[in-house]
Amino acid sequence: MNKSAPIELQNDDDGPLYVAQKKVYPQSVKGTFRRIKWGLMAFCLGVYYLLPFVRWNRGLGAPDQAVLVDLPNSRFYFFFIELWPQEVYYFTGLLIVAALTLFLMNSVGGRIWCGYLCPQTVWTDLFYAVERWVEGDRRERMRKEAARGTMKLQRFAEITLKHSIWLMIAWWTGGAWVLYFNDAPTLVMQLVTFQAPMLAYIWIAILTATTYVLAGFMREQVCVYMCPWPRIQAALTDEWALNVTYKYDRGEKRTSLKKANELRAAGETAGDCIDCFQCVAVCPTGIDIRDGSQLDCIQCGLCIDACDTVMTKIGRETRLIGYDNDVNIHRRQAGKPPIYRIVRPRTVVYSTLIAGVGAIMLYALMTRSLLDINVLHDRNPVAVRLSDGSIRNAYTVRLLNKRGFDRVIAIDIDGPVNATIHVIGADSVTPDRPMIVLGRDQTTELRVLVTAPAENNREKSIPVRFRVTDIGLGEVTSATDNFVSP
Amino acid sequence: MAEHNDIDQVTGTSTTGHQWDGIKELNTPLPRWWVITFYITIVWAFGYWMVYPAWPLLTSHTTGLFGYSTRADVAVELANLEKIRGDKMVKLGAAPLAEIVKDPALLALARASGKTVFGDNCAPCHGSGGAGAKGYPNLNDDEWLWGGSLDQILKTIQFGIRSGHAKSHESAMLAFGKEGVLKKDQVVTVANYVRSLAGLPTAKGYNAAEGGKIFAENCAACHGDVGKGNQELGAPDLTDKIWLYGSDEAMLIETIANGRAGVMPAWVERLDPSTVKALAVYVHSLGGGK
Repeated sequence: MNKSAPIELQNDDDGPLYVAQKKVYPQSVKGTFRRIKWGLMAFCLGVYYLLPFVRWNRGLGAPDQAVLVDLPNSRFYFFFIELWPQEVYYFTGLLIVAALTLFLMNSVGGRIWCGYLCPQTVWTDLFYAVERWVEGDRRERMRKEAARGTMKLQRFAEITLKHSIWLMIAWWTGGAWVLYFNDAPTLVMQLVTFQAPMLAYIWIAILTATTYVLAGFMREQVCVYMCPWPRIQAALTDEWALNVTYKYDRGEKRTSLKKANELRAAGETAGDCIDCFQCVAVCPTGIDIRDGSQLDCIQCGLCIDACDTVMTKIGRETRLIGYDNDVNIHRRQAGKPPIYRIVRPRTVVYSTLIAGVGAIMLYALMTRSLLDINVLHDRNPVAVRLSDGSIRNAYTVRLLNKRGFDRVIAIDIDGPVNATIHVIGADSVTPDRPMIVLGRDQTTELRVLVTAPAENNREKSIPVRFRVTDIGLGEVTSATDNFVSP
Repeated sequence: MAEHNDIDQVTGTSTTGHQWDGIKELNTPLPRWWVITFYITIVWAFGYWMVYPAWPLLTSHTTGLFGYSTRADVAVELANLEKIRGDKMVKLGAAPLAEIVKDPALLALARASGKTVFGDNCAPCHGSGGAGAKGYPNLNDDEWLWGGSLDQILKTIQFGIRSGHAKSHESAMLAFGKEGVLKKDQVVTVANYVRSLAGLPTAKGYNAAEGGKIFAENCAACHGDVGKGNQELGAPDLTDKIWLYGSDEAMLIETIANGRAGVMPAWVERLDPSTVKALAVYVHSLGGGK
């Protein structure tokens, strides 16, 4: 038994590596930005919930839902646009425009997306509204939460009601989501009568869960810990971008109303901020805007409303907190008038890029071909020698008819000298010039044989162009491959 | 040995009581949630044993409470597939070949179905694209030993060539040299004559008249007077550009001297009628069909 000498260790403990969640109890507030937020919330939710029910006539046999992701048939419908799977690059364009719009928003007015439009913000705001309506405002909620151990029946009923409404909203959120993937009225009927496909219920359950958890419990933590955008936007802002700002040039030194009046009466200076903490009380992420621009601030403008209310009440100028920037704070401190510069290289570049990408997308959309052809040369055998010595190459030709009606097309070839074309299955009808009926809104695969005399086509490989002509509309499209000799 | 529940000074954690050269082992138990989960999985396993097939018996196995079986699942899936395909395959089986190639839907079905079957059964000899090889005809070209119409192709697939089936195509290219019918120099002469039929250059000093005489006496019966071949006998056309075994002098000498008797199996008993039909349409559509 040889006991080791205890080792002296320095205690490096700096505390835990994470901070426990500090629950936020945002207080209700009235004002300009609150009204804007209500309006945008109504608009965003309205679009989200009602859009699947908007109809759009596309003719017989095609779905009449204005916005529909038709996964079984691999089609995406958006009003007058119908996209095929190979056209997903439009979405890439859309995403580029969306990203650039975020950048532009950011360089003009800060985190407009975060504060007003992001689904996380919109749904969290809605959930807070429900919470306030059921449990009361900030103080009441804090008091009730503190008295958690002694739960009364009424409190229990409140909590039950709150979570029921939350779950209901969450369920509607998931319910609306699946409507984008099916004919909405049909699916609603199926859901009501429990006839809907299992997948619909599973997705509703998943989105109910995510909405409930993200908007009911995780709330500002999503913005602070999960979302990459706050980190990115820090790199996109500059000294000219308008952000929700505490104008410390006006606010400091914070002094109580009474003391400030005394100081001012004595000819001394006192800041406009009376340290009432209303801006903190209304903040949905629980921060103090007076600490300056920070990652946790989603810039929803509610602190502006809160401060304005107080300033009006005490008869001081409003917008102690407002959309402003450091440049103007410094200018005011130096006694110069503030200047606002929306047009800057940064915003010009973003706008130009948005316009450019948008124009490219629009051009691509307007000029997109509704009749397409893809040609694949047979690999085995690459070429066949026929008994009279001529050479034959076989191709798989896939034709895409993106129109909503059947059409008749003819295929011609240019390239090898004296070449003849032969389409398997089409020769009996039109032996000289193969004509094929293309069903509406679908692809047709054909086996096409091209035969040419060897003596006229001595080169190892000759380009061959397949020209497809719509007999009725005159639309022409083509694709090029090679005619190979053995 | 130190007594149990010895507390380590530095970490405040209890030790296992074991000591090696003064080094003690901290007793850091697994997290409780982990242990509980582990016990739950054990309990779960008992349920699993009962619900699902689990234990091998001498001749079979336990079937589980609900008689679940992956094999039965596959059977259901296959039955569903049959149901989806059923009508179409029946239609394919009933339609005459000439109708199938005129109906785009039936043609597409026959080609798709035929392609799969071809890959499984025919590709080992004829190649995945039907390009063939020496001794195995290219099915993309327009020369057919036993006929290239839909019905002729169907018959060849059904009964084969020298397959032993009662209805098989039968014929023989004799081993003229080996069996002593022709002498060595005669074989060389007639080989050159055959090359001349196809417009290929001949060896210096070869006797064309002698070649023609040998050909007329020995070959013309099957291959025809001018070597145009005979599909009734599977005798290839010797005047065209397609050669199953090759057209050079040495190869022709070998063919004439030793004979040829390629074999194709009969498929009528191995594949169902609509599949054989689909196969015939597919081979016909490769390009060579008449």
